[in-house]
This record gives sequence, structure tokens and C-alpha cells, in this order.
Amino acid sequence: MSIIYDGSIDKIVYKTVFGETMEAIANADSNVVYLDADLMGSIGTTGFWKRNPKQAINVGIAEANMAGIAAGLSAAGKKPYLHTFGPFASRRIYDQVFLSIAYAGNNARIFGSDPGVAAAFNGGTHMPFEDLALYRAIPHSTVIEISDGAMLEALMWQVKDRSGLTYTRLTRKAYPTIYSKDHKFTIGKGEIIRKGTDATIIACGLMVGEALAAAEKLATDDINVQVIDMFTIKPLDVDLVLEAAKTGIIITAENHNVIGGLGDAVASTLLEAGVAPKFKRIGIEESFGQVGPQDFLQKHYGLTAENIEKTLRDIL
Amino acid sequence: MENLKEIEIFAAKIRLETTKMIGTRGFGHISGSLSVADALAVLYGGVMNVRPNEPNWAERDKLVMSKGHAGPAVYSALALRGFFSMDWLATLNQPETRLPSHCDMKLTPGVDMTTGSLGQGASAAVGLALAQKLDELSSRTYLFVGDGECNEGQVWEAIMFAAQHKLNNLVTFVDYNKKQLDGTTAEVIDMGDIAVKFANFGWHTQNINGQSVAEIVQALQNLSSNMPNAIILNTTKGAGVSAISDVTLNHHMVVDGDLLATAIAECEAKLAELGVK
Repeated sequence: MSIIYDGSIDKIVYKTVFGETMEAIANADSNVVYLDADLMGSIGTTGFWKRNPKQAINVGIAEANMAGIAAGLSAAGKKPYLHTFGPFASRRIYDQVFLSIAYAGNNARIFGSDPGVAAAFNGGTHMPFEDLALYRAIPHSTVIEISDGAMLEALMWQVKDRSGLTYTRLTRKAYPTIYSKDHKFTIGKGEIIRKGTDATIIACGLMVGEALAAAEKLATDDINVQVIDMFTIKPLDVDLVLEAAKTGIIITAENHNVIGGLGDAVASTLLEAGVAPKFKRIGIEESFGQVGPQDFLQKHYGLTAENIEKTLRDIL
Repeated sequence: MENLKEIEIFAAKIRLETTKMIGTRGFGHISGSLSVADALAVLYGGVMNVRPNEPNWAERDKLVMSKGHAGPAVYSALALRGFFSMDWLATLNQPETRLPSHCDMKLTPGVDMTTGSLGQGASAAVGLALAQKLDELSSRTYLFVGDGECNEGQVWEAIMFAAQHKLNNLVTFVDYNKKQLDGTTAEVIDMGDIAVKFANFGWHTQNINGQSVAEIVQALQNLSSNMPNAIILNTTKGAGVSAISDVTLNHHMVVDGDLLATAIAECEAKLAELGVK
């Protein structure tokens, strides 16, 4: 077992992990080309760019062009990695990603940072609540949300030789540490990070830590809640969802619009399998983003352990 | 000059096949295919280093038709060069065809990039040219953009990147036929002096008659070796087939009946004039 969560905040900042891992991947494979749209300073890759300008390319503030260049690089046998903030990596360049990369049969690994309320002080313009929905709708896409520093490093390596389009959303800050450094992740397989028989919380990203904290609180009242880190939103781990339904209650929790994200994916899986546990989606409801500290935003949108706990108690 | 005549014959054949192919369906983007026929004839008629029997040869020169609706002209050139059977041309836009209206790299041997959403091919061509540089290949990437397509901001993003990175292996042809779907470019979005714009963006720019294979050949001999190259092709939308070029709004049109017969006759007359039976 390599779940090491104890509720404390990891001191490993993801942007450090991203920068170091990205450079290590490029050093290991000369076909890797990392592209960024003038946000290298934000994701820890400036040093890599200065040291290796052939494999780290700053396209300037031109995200659509970045997606198209990635398509051309892929068509010539390269393995492009792209980074920009989540809203630009999704809404702004959707047609370029959809056609030049996915429809054309090219491959790319797109990283959108500051998912949902993690954009905090950059405010509503920089706050993607719909990136998972947009990427889920692209045929044959892989859609991931990172919940832990060890996971980020492991999955950045794993997607290197993955075919097609992969979208990964990640914070630049730090979430609670959940996994040991040597934990083995399989894309498409969720992780049961807490066992329980009374209900299941299926969460991703930021909400995994919140779900664990809620489960701890409920445990003090002898309510034993299972927590699943569904870090691959697509392809969804259908078997695990159906197994979780046996607990009779499923709550999904995501730092994303409830429309089109993890909750919808789980709901349609259950319904199509003819399984109907008590069910509730926690996420952003019919709202745009806004500016503010992340803890304020989490409370405002109900993205907290307290809200998960209350929701579960209401169902029970 | 003998070679130039062969290229002219190739261009005339591209026009004939394009016209017949679109006539088979009865409608299509014929005019913007005819305007680039001469440049395609020069490229596929000898300038480009390609292997029709090995279309994915890694060291080949590449071509991106970013104005993807000119697919029929590209398909005609590729079929005439032997990338696939001439029989395919009659399948344009038919169910399960390998030749869709807009270029598709997954379907058609010899097509190097999927295009259709205007502006995107420019960035993809930059990516292809960049990859050739990273792989230290001496091959080139040829990009076609439409003049109307230059309304798209993405084209200029690609142009700036290519200048910044000195992609001297990228050659962009602008099909300056001065029309777009809703009217003349002057009426819709006036591109002004497009050659000056490219030059100001750091490209070596030549402004030529895009319907003259001699001028196109000459321009390709005068490329800069330290900047990306733009060749502004002053063209006519529907060039070479007056039944098409005489129509004012000819971006996408019905091509059947008498008009088709007249158009095919004009293409055949041109070939006869060039000594081809």
C-alpha cells in the first residue's frame, strides 16, 4: 500500500515538479518538444528553455499557433508537450486542438494549469470550469486531473508514448500528499484511497483531499466512507464505478462545472448499467468564476470537505 | 524551356482533372482550386522531392494546403504524379471516399496535413518546418494560404513565429486571387499590400504572376537562405477556365450541364494548344 495521506499539505510545489520532470523527459527522449505560450515562468520551465532551446520552445502569446505547431511537430514524428493556463489550453484553442491535433490523428500532451478555483487571484477570466467537458467530447481523447505531486511526475512520463490527445489539468501550487513517490498509476484505473462500506465519494484533483478530510470527519460518527481518486476522467474506470455503487450512495466531487465533468461521466455510467445508487454531484453549479483567495472560492462554490460531509449526512 | 512546357501541360491537366472531378459531384470549390493549379504544377512537377510510392518518406518535402478547400487541385496533382490511381478522382466527396472536399492526411496518400478550418494549416506548416530543422533535414515545407484566409489572426501568429525562428525552409504561397466567399477581399477585409505586410513581418517576399509557371520557377530559384520566404501569387479565382472565372461569386458553385461541358472543353483546348492529344 502506498497511500501516505495524513492531511498535511505537501511542501512540494507542482510547478517545481513540472519544470524538473519536463526537462528530464526531454533529456531522455530527443523527440520530445515542449511548447509554452509565454508562461514558462509560471510553470517552472524557464531554466529548461534557456538550457535547451531546441526542445523547449516559447511560441509567445499565441496559443492557437502553439496547438497548430504541435500538430505539425506530431505529423513529423515528434512528441509535443504543451502548457498554458487551463482556460487558454481548452476554450481558447478548442478548434485547433480538435481539428489540427485530434481529427487529423496527431498526438499531443496538453497541460492546463490552474484548474477551476485554483486560478484564484487571476479571477474569472482565467478560471476554467468546463475544460474537462470540452476535452471529454473529443473522440479518443484521454482526460486527466492530477491530485498529487507523485502522480504528476509519474503521469508526465506515462503520457510521453501515449498515442492521440491527452489533456491534463493541474494546479501549480501544492495539494495534500496522497501517494508515495514509488506509487504505480495506471491511466484509466481509479485509485481506492480509503476503504468504506457506507458510501463512496468519487473525486478528482483538488477535491480528493477534501473528500478524504470529509471521510475522516464522518468516521468519527462511525460512518465509513470509501474515497476514490478518479484521476482519469476519460476513459472512465467503469468497473470501479459499478463496484462503488454497491455502497448504495455515490457522491462525486470536482473543481469543475457539474455539467460535462466527472459527475456526469459517473452518472451516465451508472444509469446505462441500470444501477441506481443514491447520487449527488458536487461541483460548480451554473456559475462563472470570480476573483478571490482559493479558500474563499472553495467555500463560495461548495468545494469543501464541509460541503461533502453535509451532503452525505443529508442523504444518510 | 522544354521543362517549362511540361509544367504548363501538368497545370493544364490539373485543371482538367479538377474540373471533371468537381463536375462528377456537380458542385464544389472549383475556383480556388484552379487559381493554385500553376503553383502546384511547378511544385509537384519537379521542385518537390517526394516519392509517390513512399508517400510517408521522412525526408520528403512537405506541402500544406491551408486553404483546404483546394483539395481537388491537390488530389489531381497527386494522382497525376502517381500517388494513387486516377480512378480515385471520380470519388470526390462520395461516401467513404479517400478524397474529401478538404485535405485529410489520414485519408489521402501524399497529403501532409489535415486542413479546412482556415488559418490552422499555417501553424501546422510551421510545426513541420520546425521538425525538419530539429531533425537537421535539408527538406522544405511549402504552405499555401488564401488571401481571404489571411483574415484569420492565426496566420499572422504563424508568420511571426517563422520569422522569429528563421524558418528559411518554409515557403508560403499566398493565393492572392482577390476574392473570398462573400465578395472581393477589398469589399470584405481589404488586405492592402499583402507583400509589404509579409516583408514587414520579417519574410523575404516576392510578388509575382501566380498564373505564370516561369515566374513561379524563377521565384523558387530566388529564395532567401536566412529568412522564411513568401511568394505572393497574383492569381485569378477560376484561372484557366473562363466559364468559372467569369462568375462573380464563384467560391463554391454548381458545375454541371452546359457549364461543365464548356469548362471541360476549355481545359481540353488548352491541352491541345500545348500539343497534348
